[in-house]
Amino acid sequence: MQLTLEFGGGLELLCDSEKIHKVNVDLPNGADDLTMKHLLSWVRTNLIKERPEMFMKGDTVRPGVLVLVNDCDWELSGQLDTTIEDKDVIVFISTLHGG
Amino acid sequence: MEAGEAKSKKAGGPRLCCICNQRRPVLKRPKTLQQICRECFYEVFEEEIHQVIVVNRLFKSGERVAIGASGGKDSTVLAYVLSELNRRHSYGLDLFLLSIDEGITGYRDDSLETVKRNELQYGLPLQILSYKDLYGWTMDEIVKMIGLKNNCTFCGVFRRQALDRGAALLKVDKLVTGHNADDIAETVLLNILRGDIARLSRCTSITTGEDGPIPRCKPFKYTYEKEIVMYAYFKKLDYFSTECIYSPNAYRGFAREFIKDLERLRPRAILDIIKSGEDFRIATTTKMPEQGTCERCGYISSQKWCKACVLLEGLNRGLPKMGIGRARGGINGDHTRETKAGSKSIETKQCGSLDF
Ligand SMILES: [Zn+2]
Ligand SMILES: [Zn+2]
Ligand SMILES: [Zn+2]
Repeated sequence: MQLTLEFGGGLELLCDSEKIHKVNVDLPNGADDLTMKHLLSWVRTNLIKERPEMFMKGDTVRPGVLVLVNDCDWELSGQLDTTIEDKDVIVFISTLHGG
Repeated sequence: MEAGEAKSKKAGGPRLCCICNQRRPVLKRPKTLQQICRECFYEVFEEEIHQVIVVNRLFKSGERVAIGASGGKDSTVLAYVLSELNRRHSYGLDLFLLSIDEGITGYRDDSLETVKRNELQYGLPLQILSYKDLYGWTMDEIVKMIGLKNNCTFCGVFRRQALDRGAALLKVDKLVTGHNADDIAETVLLNILRGDIARLSRCTSITTGEDGPIPRCKPFKYTYEKEIVMYAYFKKLDYFSTECIYSPNAYRGFAREFIKDLERLRPRAILDIIKSGEDFRIATTTKMPEQGTCERCGYISSQKWCKACVLLEGLNRGLPKMGIGRARGGINGDHTRETKAGSKSIETKQCGSLDF
């Protein structure tokens, strides 16, 4: 499915200093849905070019990284369990850079 | 079955904002765990800051107030919100942006461009002061001299004075900085770890330096970093975020990481830590460093020379390690008014951001 991923707050520096990435992500084998959990590991493998520990900790984002799915805080949609649909826009913003 | 559950979570049913009960929530507030819509978020975010300003009597009508502006998220949101509140609630303040140009090629250049845009966007006059003007050295030159290791000592010490000098130049009554609740919780923790009671009591004060020439205050003392960033995102405010090229690791402090981990488990932890810091204040019978003035430049100092003058002397004499860390026998070695190093401070954030 087609997704728009946006990186901000300094996270863009981890992926070629490009803020907006239009990507195609396939459903994992045998799954009916794409969850944020899967998308995060996809991002880590395919987009993050350096210092992945700035983006992730364990299987989720590093504390201090905000996630919005279609402009809505992912804490309202189940975080890692949030299901992603075609044409969704997912934004990652680090709160940790600068003041 | 599991997949079905996840789906219904996303659809979320007809869940509505728990303040207005009308619109779709977009944010979970860390402070209250409320789910609120964008409009209600703007309102509570701004209103809480207004209340902090009113309850703590941060300003008086007619005052000239400089906003320490780094181009980063905190000071950008502060400039926006403060000019908004000043209009809405008729504070009667003359607001200014004050920025420091450390002379870091590629880093400060970009963030200063952000501040210059903010000057136009918010209609606030901007004053930029450079290290070169103030100290005769740019950060690039300092790093060339001392290498990459200790330069944040210079950043922190020089910037603190630079803001005061800039504020004096603007003839302002007060200086406000964008330190947020997360920053303050982190500083409380670091000061506890160091057993630094003098700084522990000072770092939770919303206003400091009332005995000095220009008091400083922190209107975001109770404002969560998450909400500041969300506010900037939803309002599409123009801010700059990158690490200072001279300290790629400085901000990745253990304390920050710890605070963020705690916040994830229990968002109230940040406010609780600030509260702990405030309550410690009661028990301060510890002797505070005596405040005097620097014999060289007149800046507040508990020692013969202020930290900036010691560092500058080292640079100018080609002994750049002077005044850094535990080195003894320097300028203040024989003449200290207080045996305890009174002017050492903790780098709470990367050097590119404003310091306590
Ligand atoms: Zn609402
Ligand atoms: Zn630095
Ligand atoms: Zn001095």
